[in-house]
This record gives sequence, structure tokens and C-alpha cells, in this order.
Amino acid sequence: MSKLASLISGIIFGVGLVISEMINPEKVLGFLDFFGNWDPSLAFVMIGALIVSSPLFHIIKNNKKPLFAEKFDYSNNKNINKKLIFGSALFGAGWGLGGLCPGPAISSIALLNIHSIIFVVSMFIGFYLVKSSNLNN
Amino acid sequence: MNIINFTPITALTGGAIIGLSVIVFFLLNGRLIGISGIASKVLTEKNNRFDNFLFLIGLIIGPILYTLFARQEINIIISDSFILLTFAGLLVGIGTKISGGCTSGHGISGIGRFSLRSIVATITFMIVGIVTVFFKNFL
Repeated sequence: MSKLASLISGIIFGVGLVISEMINPEKVLGFLDFFGNWDPSLAFVMIGALIVSSPLFHIIKNNKKPLFAEKFDYSNNKNINKKLIFGSALFGAGWGLGGLCPGPAISSIALLNIHSIIFVVSMFIGFYLVKSSNLNN
Repeated sequence: MNIINFTPITALTGGAIIGLSVIVFFLLNGRLIGISGIASKVLTEKNNRFDNFLFLIGLIIGPILYTLFARQEINIIISDSFILLTFAGLLVGIGTKISGGCTSGHGISGIGRFSLRSIVATITFMIVGIVTVFFKNFL
């Protein structure tokens, strides 16, 4: 059942990206063009997501266990260190260059757009480079 | 600054649907969604590999179902420079793997559970993203 739940969660997320238009890199770049022609929509996407998810998260986390898994399993990492800042800065630079972050990039594979596929392949190479170089430790 | 193309209603609606997805995944599977984490773990971790893979497949099926049922085409505008996209993809992959999250993992799931670490990450990638776009438009 957890497999089905994963698939359905992914589908819902993907539909949310389409309706919010975050699947469109130009829309994301509009948000990041703060000093030019600014499109605040992305902030409203985050607000919409947080209004729904945050209160329910704080209620559900008190359940004994999730429905289809043995236990709740989420990060409780509180470290604010150079790695966090450096990694986030690299991500921000890549995000600003292409207007794509991981979710919308993967969702846009559905459009069979060669440009977003190139981005996704590079992104996976990036994941692999960090994993194999132990930069992550 | 001029405000243009602002679509608050679809942004809030789409955002709420994304929030719903986070909650469905949390209630049923007990994990918080972070797409960079889910995607990279398909590559690097045996644990939950098929679950993570199916989530990514769902991400791709979502827009296809939307097109079928809403009978609306999805149009995106994306850079056509292979070099830029390759470089941007590498930066996003390396950066999110090092910092342990992206717009969803830090920006939604992390902020939603009031994690200071995720708030710092989100402010950092937003500021650097804004500065990057500023220089890109300037050059």
C-alpha cells in the first residue's frame, strides 16, 4: 500500500505544480526577478502549501504511526553550518540560472521537452557527484 | 520593481494541492516530502527505492492526467541553451544534495515543521537566486 500512496502523492504534487504554474521556469524566474518585473506568485504557492500542510503535520505527528509504515521518519537535523549555507547557495545559483528546481524539473519530463530532460540528467549527475565524492559527510 | 503576471488565486490553489500531497504522504507513509531527497535516494539508497521511484513517476503522471482531464495544454518557457541547463542542473543537484533539501524539502516541509535550519536554507537559496537573476538580466 505504501507504493500506491507514494504514486498518488506524486500525482497530487505534480498536479499542484501545474495548477500553480510552478512547472513553468519562466514563472519561477519571474519570482526571482525581484528587482525587475516581479511576479510574487511563488510566495503564494508556498503560503498555500504551508497553510494546508503545517497545521496537519503538527496534528498527525502525534499519531502512533503512519498508516502504511512502521514509524514516522523525518529529519530532525538542526545543524546550521557551512554545508547548509554553501549547498543552498549553489542550489540558489542553479535555480536562478535555469528557473528549475527538482520538483518542477522532474514533472516537466511529462512534456517531453528536451531542455528540461537535459536539466534533470545533469541534476542526477550532481546528486551522484556529491554521493561519490563524500562531500556529503 | 514592477509587479507583473501575478496569479494569486492559482498560486494559492496549486500550493494548497502541493500541501495536500505533503500531508497524504506523511499520514500514509510517515515521511515528509523533499523532492531532491526522494530523487537522489532513488540513485543512492536501497531503502524505500521503489517507493521513491513511484513518487517520481507520479510527479510525471500528474501533468499528463491534468492535460487529459482539464483538456488544457501545459505551456512552459525554458532556456534553450544546453550549456546553461547542464550547468544549472549540476548546481541544483550538487547544492541540494549538500544542503539536504530544495524548495519542497526545506521551503515547505521544513518550514512547515518550524525548522530554523530550513528557514535559513530557504532564505539563502532565495537570496542567491534573486542575485543570480539580477546579474543574468544585467549581463
